[in-house]
Amino acid sequence: MGVLTAELKANIGKAAPPRTEVVTRRDIRKYAIATNQQQRKYLDGDEAPPLYHVALFWDVVELDELTPDGVSVDALLPKFPLEKAMAGGLNITYHDRIRPGDVLVGERTLTDIYEKEGRSGPLIFYEVVLEVRREDGSPVITEKTTRILR
Amino acid sequence: MSTMSIAALQPGEELPPQNHSPDNVQLFFYNAALWNAHRIHYDLPYATDVEGYPGLVIAGPLLGDWLGQCVEAWLGEGGALLNLEYSNRGAAYIGETLTVGGTVEAVNAAKGEVTLALHIRNEAGDVITPGRALVRLHG
Repeated sequence: MGVLTAELKANIGKAAPPRTEVVTRRDIRKYAIATNQQQRKYLDGDEAPPLYHVALFWDVVELDELTPDGVSVDALLPKFPLEKAMAGGLNITYHDRIRPGDVLVGERTLTDIYEKEGRSGPLIFYEVVLEVRREDGSPVITEKTTRILR
Repeated sequence: MSTMSIAALQPGEELPPQNHSPDNVQLFFYNAALWNAHRIHYDLPYATDVEGYPGLVIAGPLLGDWLGQCVEAWLGEGGALLNLEYSNRGAAYIGETLTVGGTVEAVNAAKGEVTLALHIRNEAGDVITPGRALVRLHG
């Protein structure tokens, strides 16, 4: 007997509204310092480090949208019957580099929900793909997040 | 940083390891840069008493960033990162020194591409963040 209902699985394919963000040298510099980058091109903000897009497309939420533990609720996700996050991973494919002045469009899609039987009970896996493109549609980054709930 | 020759690369070759000892200031800057308010990263009584962690938790994607840095430091100007994947298997805490490293896993000389196996180990030697990267060498 599985934990995923047809109703839950029907969320596969759901997409969040695209978000457009402007890359600034100041934001790249802050990210580079915070991550302890060693390369001058990153610290000076001439180019963004490979995981900078994680910060650029993190949800900017208002204080009253945070849960008591300080987390913002991801509106793309349905309410799952298992809620304890176990592990997560990213798979990032690079098509182009990011530089100050770039205008980037990020679109997140819930691409899969499935379950497996773990050693101590069922596990739910879900995958969200973030496509980062330029305004002309040319690809910059494809990122797949996989998360496991128990 | 010298240009790397793909002909000279052998599976098993190690990337120079990098150590990170993140403190509260760095973790604060990182989560501020993201706009991440999760209390496990800055509220010590919450992290320990409510969530049961031994300390303040290092943000998962910061560990991913360090894998990318280890690859790029090895690669220098000699190539480009095509793909990076990693999995946050275990948590890391403020006060720990983490070691980021990797080895050459496969060399595809025809395509000029190299696959690297990556890891972050904590002081106990546990791999908390395994990963893999695909890079293309120039020329």
